[in-house]
Amino acid sequence: MKMFRFGEMQFDVLKEVGNIGAGNAATALSKLISKEIDMLVPLVKIVGFDDIAEFVGGAENVVVSVYLRIIGDVPGNMFFIMSIESAKSLIKQMMGIEPSEHGFSEMEISALSEIGNILIGSYLTSLADFTNLNMQPSVPSLAIDMAGAILSFGLIEMGQLGDYALAIDTVFLEDKELVEGHFFLLPDPESLEKVFSALGVPVE
Amino acid sequence: MNIIKVGMADLNVASSPNRIRTTGLGSCVGVTLYDAVVKIGGMAHVMLPSSSLGKGEINYAKYADTAIPKLIEGMIKLGANPRRLIAKMAGGSQMFAFSSSSDIMRIGPRNVEACKEALHKENIRIVVEDTGGNWGRTIEIDCTTGLLQVRTVNQGVKEM
Repeated sequence: MKMFRFGEMQFDVLKEVGNIGAGNAATALSKLISKEIDMLVPLVKIVGFDDIAEFVGGAENVVVSVYLRIIGDVPGNMFFIMSIESAKSLIKQMMGIEPSEHGFSEMEISALSEIGNILIGSYLTSLADFTNLNMQPSVPSLAIDMAGAILSFGLIEMGQLGDYALAIDTVFLEDKELVEGHFFLLPDPESLEKVFSALGVPVE
Repeated sequence: MNIIKVGMADLNVASSPNRIRTTGLGSCVGVTLYDAVVKIGGMAHVMLPSSSLGKGEINYAKYADTAIPKLIEGMIKLGANPRRLIAKMAGGSQMFAFSSSSDIMRIGPRNVEACKEALHKENIRIVVEDTGGNWGRTIEIDCTTGLLQVRTVNQGVKEM
């Protein structure tokens, strides 16, 4: 497929995109909870639709996710995904309260949406600065459900072109995996070329 | 007994005593067909409403209008009679709430409509459906009984 025919250099650039975005988001989170945040090297992968949920524990694994659509020069989808345990631990650290034993209270949900919003927002802002492209976030939306059901929503655009998606996944960790979060950036097919040309990377 | 898996934009057929299963349906729709006489079942995990949305090479299992004829074809090959087929479906939810009513955001309901239309075209009756809402579903059809099990995170499990 034409859209994915790129080499080592393009992959490296996309890794850097993930690094910059998530790096800024990690800094924002670190300020929010006054703790140090570590980040893993981003994974840039072309994945089959069924495999994308494997990044976060499989299609049936229940996760907390904040989704927003990127509007502007480079449309795409963006997810911030955490395990239930991580979300609880984050609530505890940020709000200084014991999280609900079962499920999430309204206040906790609104706190998690806000965290997701801040993190994705700083991710996108740094990307927009770096590439000089216009990227506006839509209003974020939170869902707690099966990873497959959530992520498949981000694949609709890609689905019109093929059975694969390009995913940029960056993981951050706080205090030895107490809080683990994933950023997924799923650019629409036509957006990749724009990112590359904005950064002066040759395409083919 | 084997559990046959159906991936996203995929379809499969099986006979008793096997079961067919697909996980994590969100805006996608799981369509199952069943012939109770020969105990043959089929399932498609439909992702988009129409193959006219596709560009280039087409994966038949991905679109409602191509997946359903393909599924019927597979079931006939296994020995089912198309006139005996009944349909059950689940999925087509809207995972995220948005004020925007853009086509992409409404993809779940559009998938459901398209599946109904495709089934109607093949003269297949939909006996029961569990569609819509804003939650994910995992479904499994038992080819011995034709019962469809729908599992969700917050609404529990139901058989239909």
